[in-house]
Amino acid sequence: MPPSVDVAPATVADSAPPIVLRDPAFAGILAWLLPGAGHWYQGRRTKALIFFFCIMGTFSYGLWLGGGRVVYAAWGKTGEEKRLPYLCQIGTGAIALPALWQAQRYSMEGYRRTMQTKENDGTRTLSEWFMAPPVLKVDVNHRAMNELDYLNYKLNRRFELGTVYTMVAGLLNLLVIFDAIGGPAYGNASARPPRREPEPPAPPG
Amino acid sequence: MDFLVPLFAARLNELWYALPLIVAISIVYAGTRYEHADDILIGSFRSIVWIFGFMSTILVLLWLVGLML
Repeated sequence: MPPSVDVAPATVADSAPPIVLRDPAFAGILAWLLPGAGHWYQGRRTKALIFFFCIMGTFSYGLWLGGGRVVYAAWGKTGEEKRLPYLCQIGTGAIALPALWQAQRYSMEGYRRTMQTKENDGTRTLSEWFMAPPVLKVDVNHRAMNELDYLNYKLNRRFELGTVYTMVAGLLNLLVIFDAIGGPAYGNASARPPRREPEPPAPPG
Repeated sequence: MDFLVPLFAARLNELWYALPLIVAISIVYAGTRYEHADDILIGSFRSIVWIFGFMSTILVLLWLVGLML
């Protein structure tokens, strides 16, 4: 069965041909999974690249600002915080999904305790701390403290800034998903007024 | 001259973090309005100017309020 073909709504002033949106639902899913992928699938390559670099750039920069610790999922089940910013961050798609996997692993009490021990020994590997929810940490004075407090202390304002950057990236991708499903708000119309042809000179006499 | 220093001046450098965010938001927003690259460029430039103008106005207002406190 060939994929359904949809077109973006044309505005009244639109003289350009309508945009062909190839299988909008599938494009929407692709756009969520990887920013720009839905547009690439529809053949709108320039916009795909623009969206990819803007959203992934914003997300990556935020993740870097927050030392790779600002994107994590926590639902408050084991007395930890409810990480509501993740509801925005998940909008970025597949790149934020490892946080769900980490949350699942850390919800197991035994694994969590093992990670706490490894964290305090300084032997936690990248796959064990990346996008993982905070654990209890023992500081230099041998006091137990929430790793979240430690991260805020260590990263200072960069923790919140990184959170904001990654949240904004996820929310921006929602706009991109809508664009992949329904086309741009102004259709294929140009932002510039149409150029007027100069009138021919009046015949003499 | 300390009274000329607004309350938030010590954290003024943090505003630079808003710059890449404003640019990214403007480009993506314009990208969802228009289809062609040159239109997106014009639209995003307009958005950047608007956001900067609005935020600068708020900044000046806050600064004036800070002077009065």
